[in-house]
Amino acid sequence: MADLQTTAPERNILTFSEPEHELALATKDLHVYYGENEALREADLQFERYKITALIGASGSGKSTFLRSLNRMNDGVARVTGNIMYRDLDINSNQIDVYEMRRHIGMVFQRPNPFAKSIYDNITFALRQRGVHDKQELDEIVETSLRQAAMWDQVKDELHKSALALSGGQQQRLCIARAIAVKPDILLLDEPASALDPVATAQIEDTLLKLKENYTIIIVTHNMQQAARVSDYTAFFHLGRVLEYDEARKIFTRPKVTITNDYISGNFG
Amino acid sequence: MKAKTADKIATAVFYAVAGLVVLILAFLLGYILLAGLPKLSWHFLAAPAQAFSAGGGIGIQLFNSFYLLVLAMLISFPIALGAGIYLNEYAKQNWITNVVRTAIEILSSLPSVVVGLFGFLLFVVQFKLGFSILSGALALTFFNLPLLTRSVETSLASIPNLQREAGLALGLSRWETVTKVILPAAVPSILTGVILSAGRVFGEAAALIYTSGQSAPALNFADWNPFNIASPLNPLRPAETLAVHIWKINSEGIMPDASAVSAGASAVLVIAVLLFNFLARWLGNRLYKRLTAND
Repeated sequence: MADLQTTAPERNILTFSEPEHELALATKDLHVYYGENEALREADLQFERYKITALIGASGSGKSTFLRSLNRMNDGVARVTGNIMYRDLDINSNQIDVYEMRRHIGMVFQRPNPFAKSIYDNITFALRQRGVHDKQELDEIVETSLRQAAMWDQVKDELHKSALALSGGQQQRLCIARAIAVKPDILLLDEPASALDPVATAQIEDTLLKLKENYTIIIVTHNMQQAARVSDYTAFFHLGRVLEYDEARKIFTRPKVTITNDYISGNFG
Repeated sequence: MKAKTADKIATAVFYAVAGLVVLILAFLLGYILLAGLPKLSWHFLAAPAQAFSAGGGIGIQLFNSFYLLVLAMLISFPIALGAGIYLNEYAKQNWITNVVRTAIEILSSLPSVVVGLFGFLLFVVQFKLGFSILSGALALTFFNLPLLTRSVETSLASIPNLQREAGLALGLSRWETVTKVILPAAVPSILTGVILSAGRVFGEAAALIYTSGQSAPALNFADWNPFNIASPLNPLRPAETLAVHIWKINSEGIMPDASAVSAGASAVLVIAVLLFNFLARWLGNRLYKRLTAND
């Protein structure tokens, strides 16, 4: 026993007890392999509904790999084992319709990637592909999505302008608007502000804080201040393992794991 | 040698080499145009060729060239588009795709005269299509397909993966993402590739000599029923093209003004190819601007 305790990594993983905490998503024993290389092991994380959870850790710690597994964006790229429980369904199973699932679990990427279409078409494209053609309904969705992404006032008069003519920060908020237009439950964000300047970053953070009233948000970030500012819960990834998962204020004030403390105080990574 | 000196010498060499390329092109163009332009007239562009007397034109050959081009493109573009989409969007890296890619490379390095002779044996003789526009168009497809496929493939590859991820993350299928997101974004560059390859096809002679033939029977431009033998649209009639015409005049032309006809026809051919190139640039830029800037 004593031996095991010294060799097993020091860990502190928060678990929620329902019904006080309603869960949006939970992973059980998730492993991700790129070929022979195990990039992530034994990830057991629960995500509470309508909260922002930040995933932090050094480059190569497996946090992005983990995030991209949650809506199966790693299909065909990596092998993912274990369970991802969403509404009593294991969405990591072969029987899941991934396209349908991704409408419930949306994603925003590190670099803004609007389509080479107008602002309006960027937001309505996925809806129209699904058979929503009512002009009034589409107009309403465009307005609410852009309002939620805090850019309606800036672009309401130029909705038919090409999205590629927008600034980087606006493009990224358009991508957020596009993701929420299909009304997902969960929004995954992979370092959404890392390619943006501080002003645009602050705007994105404001947007996220408003969005959490309606969405469960899981965000990967390299920016400690950002994680501390926006997240309710924070998970610290290190060398392919989750070493600590707790309320953000605890992680950033009194982490229980030594390596977490080293990382957030900038001693490595 | 000092780095600075080395840099200066290298710069000078590169300038000289680039200048040489431009000079050769300018000389060729200048020579062809100077010799051919004075010969050009509406009569020359529209009149049928004369075999024995002076004053013949290139009307039928010009029409044949364009018709053959359109037909060849109609056949080769859908195939190239499908192959390009498969190779860039769907194919996994395995031996099958390697075989396909190698096949395309080999096909693109085949000498066009070999393609022509192959087309002669297969289409003209075996399939009994005779010397015809159809045989020529099929041979041109062989000649054009590899480069067009490659061009479609590189156009698609230039669209960042982020766009594909954006589509997939919205719950769109790969097919929806490819056809509605990736393909439209790649249209300017695909179109440029198509027009540039059209220029090459337009000037091709060797692949056509034995497939679409070296004779240009009189056409009745009032008859547009493709089943009539004198109709310009009939795909089974023999059809000497402009490039083949130039080759033929220079090897066995016996009309008194053979060199003038050849010079004029060459000028028309060069101008057409130049126009294709300018059109490709202009259209590509315009479409790209429409996609990226305000519209």
